[in-house]
Amino acid sequence: MAGQQETTRKQQEYWKKNIRLIRTLLVIWALVSLVAAIILAVPLSKVQFFGVPLSFWFAQQGSILIFLILIFYYAKKMDKLDEEYDVQEVILTKDPKDKGVST
Amino acid sequence: MSVEALTLTLVVLTFAIYLYIGWRSKVKDTSNFFVAGNEIPAVANGAAIAADWMSAASFISMAGLISFLGYDGTIYLMGWTGGYVLLALLLAPYLRKFGRYTVPDFIGDRYYSNGARAVAAVATLFISLTYVAGQMRGVGIVFSRYLQVDIVVGVLIGMAIVAFFAVLGGMKGITWTQVVQYTILIVAFLIPAIAISLKLTGNPVPQLALTFGSIAEDLSRLQIELGLTEYLAPFQNMSALNVFCVTLALMIGTAGLPHVIIRFYTVKNVRAARWSAGWALLFIALLYTTAPAIGVFAKYNLINSFNDQTLQEARQEAWVTKWEETGLLTLEDKDGDGVLSFTADPATNEVVIDRDIIVLSTPEVAELAPIVIALVAAGGLAAALSTASGLLLAMSSAVSHDLYYRIFRPEADEKQRLKVGRLMILLAVLVAGYFGINPPGFVGEVVAFAFGLAAASLFPAILLGIFDKRMNREGAIWGMSIGLAFTVVMIVLMRSPQIFGTEAAVVESFFGINAQGIGVIGALLNFVVSFIVSRRTEAPPEEIQQMVEDIRVPKVLDKTS
Repeated sequence: MAGQQETTRKQQEYWKKNIRLIRTLLVIWALVSLVAAIILAVPLSKVQFFGVPLSFWFAQQGSILIFLILIFYYAKKMDKLDEEYDVQEVILTKDPKDKGVST
Repeated sequence: MSVEALTLTLVVLTFAIYLYIGWRSKVKDTSNFFVAGNEIPAVANGAAIAADWMSAASFISMAGLISFLGYDGTIYLMGWTGGYVLLALLLAPYLRKFGRYTVPDFIGDRYYSNGARAVAAVATLFISLTYVAGQMRGVGIVFSRYLQVDIVVGVLIGMAIVAFFAVLGGMKGITWTQVVQYTILIVAFLIPAIAISLKLTGNPVPQLALTFGSIAEDLSRLQIELGLTEYLAPFQNMSALNVFCVTLALMIGTAGLPHVIIRFYTVKNVRAARWSAGWALLFIALLYTTAPAIGVFAKYNLINSFNDQTLQEARQEAWVTKWEETGLLTLEDKDGDGVLSFTADPATNEVVIDRDIIVLSTPEVAELAPIVIALVAAGGLAAALSTASGLLLAMSSAVSHDLYYRIFRPEADEKQRLKVGRLMILLAVLVAGYFGINPPGFVGEVVAFAFGLAAASLFPAILLGIFDKRMNREGAIWGMSIGLAFTVVMIVLMRSPQIFGTEAAVVESFFGINAQGIGVIGALLNFVVSFIVSRRTEAPPEEIQQMVEDIRVPKVLDKTS
């Protein structure tokens, strides 16, 4: 019974960390897209970013690049978190009968 | 060889490859048919999602749309890519852990209700059907333009090809075919883009040439001189509120589209689901960051090659007269001063360019070899066909798996279900072909409808199912129904001239939000209603709460023990 409670506690901790990571990344997601490229579009279009206004760069190039980084960062971080909490997946052998032989 | 002969050869060659793969990976059981036996590697799945996702609209129309919308074209760029962040962080890993065949499967099981399952299946069917009609039309147009066949013949050929490999191979065949289709469509898109970028800026990377070069500023200045809108300034063509709502609606809609979500069931495990969302966006971003560059370069080039030229000078280029024949480019010296001029006023404007020729004419404008023109045709077809087959499979599984097997005939065996699945694909091809040949006048509008619908119905229900343990059957059904009903009614009212032929729209806009962005309000309503109803009704049963706990962690429990 104690073992089971331990598992639940660990599981909840893992979930909390996951939620915290998701929240941070989604804030960045909203900042570069909805805020920088739309809400602040007019003031930021007066700021020059190389050959284009900054808000235009966020709208048509930058936010897409940042989206990419966010997803890969999440995948990498979660791989680490899975390992830390020992919940990384065991790939089951395709045929359950094989498993019976090996154990 | 002439351009037409080259095109035909290349199209036949690529189709032979698709058919070969479809035949090689023919399947006999439902798991392979619906989810490719869960054995697709993350990178390959990413490429397949990218091909599935990027349709004829992305390939042929998007760069042109952006070049006319200027800054506001970002609704498509950010809207259609931003959704993948939501998918990767909020839905994909958990749906993979849940591990069934379809989206209605998740909703039906999570909300312990066949009613919820049926609502989700109907939404899936409707979203996919509206989408696939447009794809078949795209196939028909590409065929008729490059192979000089009638558009009806073009649609029929497309139907036959799609049906053949979707029926035979199911998800497995489709996935590997889509990997090949992605390669063809991206090569076809990048070659002309690199060529035109090199020609105008000397920089072969279009993305870098756009940001670090001066051509965007030049175009913006040129447009102001001509009295057109300032290209780089925001909100010239749409209000800020609408740009915000449409972008958000497309993001949420992307994350709720059943034929995209279904793809995350095909990978090996939760880890692969997370990574394949990243790969998918990488492959998509390759096209989506190139498109705005093409938009700027092609428009700059077109304005320069026509403005202040005489008609005779402009017509010396072979491609000019060729596109004039199609009616997609119109040159006319209205004021009789001997030279052509662009103006903002349609009454005096002497150069009219259709949006759809921006991408298709790029290779000719950049004076590339005929083989590239043939490649672009093959790429356009690959884009349309891969999306159509993915949609057909989503529809087929909604009917044969969710409605037939899970609701009406739970005793049906593997063989019967496969048969119904294949029959459904055939039926869906026929319906799609019908709409491809007789498009409802508002196909463009219907795409927005599909996104709004997905945003207002499926996305909130899935999200709450994972992140809110207390969410119950009553909350989900009420939320989905009200979100869906509101969105449908608003779109119908705003588009009444196209749907019912009324003189003016019954409702102009919803507090300034137009039909494309209304899905955001639908989704918001769905969230609010779900929350309130669920808190006033009984909590979900213990085993459902346990199930939610289970899908939150990746570890696979040994089911055999």
